[in-house]
Amino acid sequence: MDFELTEEQKRFKEEVCAFLDKEVTEELVAESQSPKGYGPYSWEFMRKLGAKRWLAPTFPVEYGGLGLSQAYRYIVQHELDYRNALAYVRSLGLVGVDMAGPVILRRGSDALKAEILPKIAAGEIELALGYTEPQAGSDLSRLAIRAVEDGDDFVITGQKLFNTGCHFCQYHWLAARTDPQAPANRGISLFVVDMKYPGITVSPMWEMADKITNAVFYDEVRVPKRYLVGEKNKGWQYVTEALDNERMLVLGGLEEMFEALVKYIKTTSRNGMPISKDSLVRQKVADFVTEINIARNMIRRVVWWQDNKIDPPAGQTAILKLFVSELYQKVAREGLEIMGLYGQLRKHSKHSVAEGKMERLFRETYVMTIGAGTSEIMRTLIATKGLGLPR
Amino acid sequence: MDFSYTKQEKVIKETARKFLTKKCPSDLVRKMEEDPKGFSPELWRDIAELGWLGFILPAEYEGFGGDFFELIVLLEEMGKYLVPVPLVPTAILGALPILYGGSEKQKQEFLPKVALGDLILTMALTELEPSYDATGVQLLARREGSHFILEGTKFFVPYAHVADYLICVARTDGNGKKEEGITLFLVKGDHPNISSTVLETLDCEKQCEVVFNRVEVSEESIVGEYNKGWEIIRKVLEQAEIAQCALMVGGAEKVLEMTVEHATIREQFGRPIGSFQAVQHRCANMKVDLEGARLATYEAAWKVSKGLPATLEASVAKAWLNRAYNRICDNGHQVHGGDGIMKEQDMQLYSRRAKGSGFFLGDTVFHREIIAQQLDL
Repeated sequence: MDFELTEEQKRFKEEVCAFLDKEVTEELVAESQSPKGYGPYSWEFMRKLGAKRWLAPTFPVEYGGLGLSQAYRYIVQHELDYRNALAYVRSLGLVGVDMAGPVILRRGSDALKAEILPKIAAGEIELALGYTEPQAGSDLSRLAIRAVEDGDDFVITGQKLFNTGCHFCQYHWLAARTDPQAPANRGISLFVVDMKYPGITVSPMWEMADKITNAVFYDEVRVPKRYLVGEKNKGWQYVTEALDNERMLVLGGLEEMFEALVKYIKTTSRNGMPISKDSLVRQKVADFVTEINIARNMIRRVVWWQDNKIDPPAGQTAILKLFVSELYQKVAREGLEIMGLYGQLRKHSKHSVAEGKMERLFRETYVMTIGAGTSEIMRTLIATKGLGLPR
Repeated sequence: MDFSYTKQEKVIKETARKFLTKKCPSDLVRKMEEDPKGFSPELWRDIAELGWLGFILPAEYEGFGGDFFELIVLLEEMGKYLVPVPLVPTAILGALPILYGGSEKQKQEFLPKVALGDLILTMALTELEPSYDATGVQLLARREGSHFILEGTKFFVPYAHVADYLICVARTDGNGKKEEGITLFLVKGDHPNISSTVLETLDCEKQCEVVFNRVEVSEESIVGEYNKGWEIIRKVLEQAEIAQCALMVGGAEKVLEMTVEHATIREQFGRPIGSFQAVQHRCANMKVDLEGARLATYEAAWKVSKGLPATLEASVAKAWLNRAYNRICDNGHQVHGGDGIMKEQDMQLYSRRAKGSGFFLGDTVFHREIIAQQLDL
């Protein structure tokens, strides 16, 4: 066993950190934390990262990547998340690079690969996940938005819900029903849809974290057939193949929050002594460290499997997703309790502490245990796929 | 990074599994709970022959020269079977202080015997105010001429009643820092002025009250330097903690296996109970706890085997295991229903040990405080 990054990976990490320390500006972070998430600073930064080929280092060289292993992508994503850059959805990867890209690479036509992948790698575009619908949340295969073949196009009509990023992304990574007669998971296809097509309406919804997600309406939207990904009716299979990536959370945001907490308890006194000398506080913080160490190893192990082209054993990415997302929530919740009354002050309050980070993260972390599969769905997957319990 | 087992580690695992399936059925574990000695001498012989007792001792002392990580892999397998032998007390708590601090003469005298299974050792550390840090060491060793007189009581000493020798951790200087002024003495277990009484405990693992009534020992029996014993103990405890974690990981894995099997076979309401989500989610939580336990233990073991500092990682592993193994057993019991609490069933063997081993070598509160200190809090 070996729990460390390789020397080459460590050097890469140093290079990335040096670059990010220079390029991640206050304006970029403010934009990343703003309700809209992406704007001019983010796109400029994306393109800079793309120019270094660090946005999608795992993509083949011909598509703008470096042909490197997943470990390098993990390093970049961790550091971005830690610095609040392109961290609109905390700790989760980018849709283009981590979810849509790998499926297009594996299943897409050469024409689609040539059109979309270089733009993702260059930081010119981002895609929004288009899975969830009002009646299809955890039971995702029940999604109903219809795509009907008509000449050279598919004509798509229906509704999506909680599709984060549709208000700034250029493309929608859309799962739609192409065969309503087939069993639920055998009649779904995947499309890359240009958000500018006529008939698409994006309607913003506000999250408790003061971020925007969207309801998206398709009204007879014509999508050329070349934007069908792979084969028709194979969409569910492709989505499932990419789920391991979707469940890959990083610890950057958690480490940022933890460092802020440790600094606060060391420098703030209560009852005449630093909070960090309170034995109950020490116990709690040590508990966080314990679980952060374990989470880091869970992530590194999945990365190592991916690096070695080993499919993670069934249920393992669900374990990672469950453990890491619940850990974020726990540290936010209990960290706020440690901070006491001051902890609840938002960033811009003149009395705010730790830049209001814990308060914000408390609101941001709920979605982590819901999106990409709720904790209960993860537990069901671990039990049935991982442990082989009967359905 | 590398998260795979080496070929050698796989062989070790497989050999241990085959051997223990045959030689260590749970009936033996149950029998040894009632046995005054608490271990099977026959099994002890066999284990010595397999090279497990001298696993990490150098070949020059008849050891196997194995890597610490490999030992952890082996112990994990032993933990599954709750093997009733004093391996950790002898091979780690007893032998390692000699290996790290002993004179060449002591090493020659004791270590080969350990490796060959001819000697049972243990460490007498905790006292009536038990603690795994230096403040707990109060038993006095007074110098009288060229000898030392040990006077006091050690408490919760594993397998002292059968130990040929004890490493007695004694205070030789009460002034100054608590970590200083501690000296290690090798004392014969059957010394007439020592009396060991087995304590009746939750998990029936043999732990003793050991009374030292003016026990006279010579200067030659000191292990390591006079007043400098704690450095050795700290290093050994760290490895013992990780070893104990490995045993617990094995036990926890076995509990999960038994529970999944039971949930698959047992039917209620016309279906296997494992098809109910309430049961499934308990099992899923057990699996998450187990994965965390194994990763934490392996990381600590990997650090030790690389010669890197592992204080934080050892405490992370033990702090997690103490609680996680308990949770795993609690969930296991719920799924097992009435069966699990029966003495003839194995489930309760594990849940009692899960609680007992949570105290041994530091409970969660103790290890969290070490973690806090490592963070400079």
